[in-house]
Amino acid sequence: MTPTVVLVVSTFLASAVEMVEALTIVLALGVTRGWRSVTIGVAAAFVALALVVAALGPALTQVPISALRIVVGAVLLVFGLQWLRKAILRAAGLRALHDEDEIFAREIDESRHAEHRTVARLDWYAFTLSFKGVFLEGLEVAFIVVTFGSTEGHIGLAAVGAGAALVVVATVGALVHRPLSRVPENSLKFAVGIMLSTFGTFWSAEGAGVSWPGQDLAIIGLIAFLAAVSFGLIALLRRESGSLATPVKASS
Amino acid sequence: MGRIRRFGQFWYEFLVGDDWTAALAVVVALGATALLADGALNPWWFLPVAVAAVLAVSVRREANARRSGAALPPDLTEPPFE
Repeated sequence: MTPTVVLVVSTFLASAVEMVEALTIVLALGVTRGWRSVTIGVAAAFVALALVVAALGPALTQVPISALRIVVGAVLLVFGLQWLRKAILRAAGLRALHDEDEIFAREIDESRHAEHRTVARLDWYAFTLSFKGVFLEGLEVAFIVVTFGSTEGHIGLAAVGAGAALVVVATVGALVHRPLSRVPENSLKFAVGIMLSTFGTFWSAEGAGVSWPGQDLAIIGLIAFLAAVSFGLIALLRRESGSLATPVKASS
Repeated sequence: MGRIRRFGQFWYEFLVGDDWTAALAVVVALGATALLADGALNPWWFLPVAVAAVLAVSVRREANARRSGAALPPDLTEPPFE
């Protein structure tokens, strides 16, 4: 697997995870409040996200590459370590798994009981919640696409990964009209956490003046190292908890 | 004021997250890497080891807190829709 493939796979997985979460909110709102305001909210969020990418992308290309790598790498590293820590704790049964079915049921219940306020012929609750859901989840995707793309000089490839995830998740969502609860979300988050931490480590160290042995191939080594450390931590936590700890009940 | 605070809080949560000590440790490790790289060394091994240590400490701290039932910060990177 070449670093370019790793980059596309990383943006695909990160985007898919966020889009599954956004899809749950959009479906719940569409089913209970009607699709018009929800569709407009989703479209508005996509426009806002496109503006963020259009503004940040070219701006980042003006920054010297070593400074860009150290800053972007550090942010990705902090970001990735958060994903990884939570995925490790979930895998060890110490943190609740994300339950899309339960979130879907709660969103349905809340949106049924929310007030109907019409602004500019839009159901304001459906519009704002669908906008917020897609924009906030999409912001992480936009951040990853822009940082990965600008640092590696492959913003088009990063966008392809995110676009492919959008097509897959939207198509499956449109076909099944249910939250994608069978997606192994924690496994995806685990993989994304490893990839974000890997690229963060690689770029920030390069920006700080390090020369990686094997150059770009060191990325593969970093993935293996961080995966080994993470699996080791999961095994350790499970053993401490009495091997098969009762998983924490999903709450949100 | 409320909106500015919420805006700042959103970006803090987005970029730093719920374990600021891990974020600080990453920055310190990067500074140390730059210092080492400035000398004759090529310290490619330093940051991966530091990252593994930061991850282990961060995981361990939250695991201990969860086992002891201590109050934890909210799950900041989950969708804030409540």
